[in-house]
Amino acid sequence: MNIQVLADLWPFMVCVITLFVIGFYCLIVTLNLIRALIGIEILIKAITLLIIVVGYVSGHSALTQSLVITMIVIEAVIITIAVGLVVGIYRKTGSLDSRNIRNLKG
Amino acid sequence: MNLHLVILIALIFAALWTVMTRSLIRSAIGLALTSAILTIVMFALNAPLAAVFELSVCAGLISVLFVSTISLTHPLSRQEILQHMKDRLTRFWYLPILVAVCAIILSALDIKFSLKLPAHETENDVRVVLWNLRQFDILGQIIVLLSGVFGVVILFREKNKK
Repeated sequence: MNIQVLADLWPFMVCVITLFVIGFYCLIVTLNLIRALIGIEILIKAITLLIIVVGYVSGHSALTQSLVITMIVIEAVIITIAVGLVVGIYRKTGSLDSRNIRNLKG
Repeated sequence: MNLHLVILIALIFAALWTVMTRSLIRSAIGLALTSAILTIVMFALNAPLAAVFELSVCAGLISVLFVSTISLTHPLSRQEILQHMKDRLTRFWYLPILVAVCAIILSALDIKFSLKLPAHETENDVRVVLWNLRQFDILGQIIVLLSGVFGVVILFREKNKK
């Protein structure tokens, strides 16, 4: 691996950092639970892109692809469970506002 | 390289549109668009199998999940949204400055990465890696999938009891 390849890949790194900041911004600004999940999705996409870029640079794209496939499966399960929780919270409180679930009792 | 640059800029704009648009349905569509553009980037970076998974699972399945959840619920009222949106750009004005400061510090540190990993001869094919070298990952995926199914069953069974 030489420095030239790393120098060519700076747009990907900028894109990873920007996607991470966008997802983080969405996560800390929003009050809507579904939008918070969308923020988590964007954060996961930034990490996926980072892993793929690292695999391309290091020449181990097969290994990183298997890791990314594992990550995508776990991501789908996480989102499914989270969506079920959001629907449950909506049925309980009648709103998607995250301020309504700050008062945990017992 | 120029084509990659255009695709990456499109990826950033799709993610920005996903976050900044007011409608939740548009956000879900924007997320699917982001996944689709990320798929193109993955193809360009020599990761076709992961790209297919990204397209089918993230752009397909998860978008369907989001859209069905949005249709099951009602969004925040317009007044709540407007009240919250008034200060959402001003409350976190420091984030871009923080990113710029971090970038300047990292570039000033002049970190040298050594990315020479030991190469394996059997590591050329993703199928060999997935089924022979990372068998424990497959087991973990199956356990996670089963626990996800179990979680969904528990969540919706409790609602039926009520």
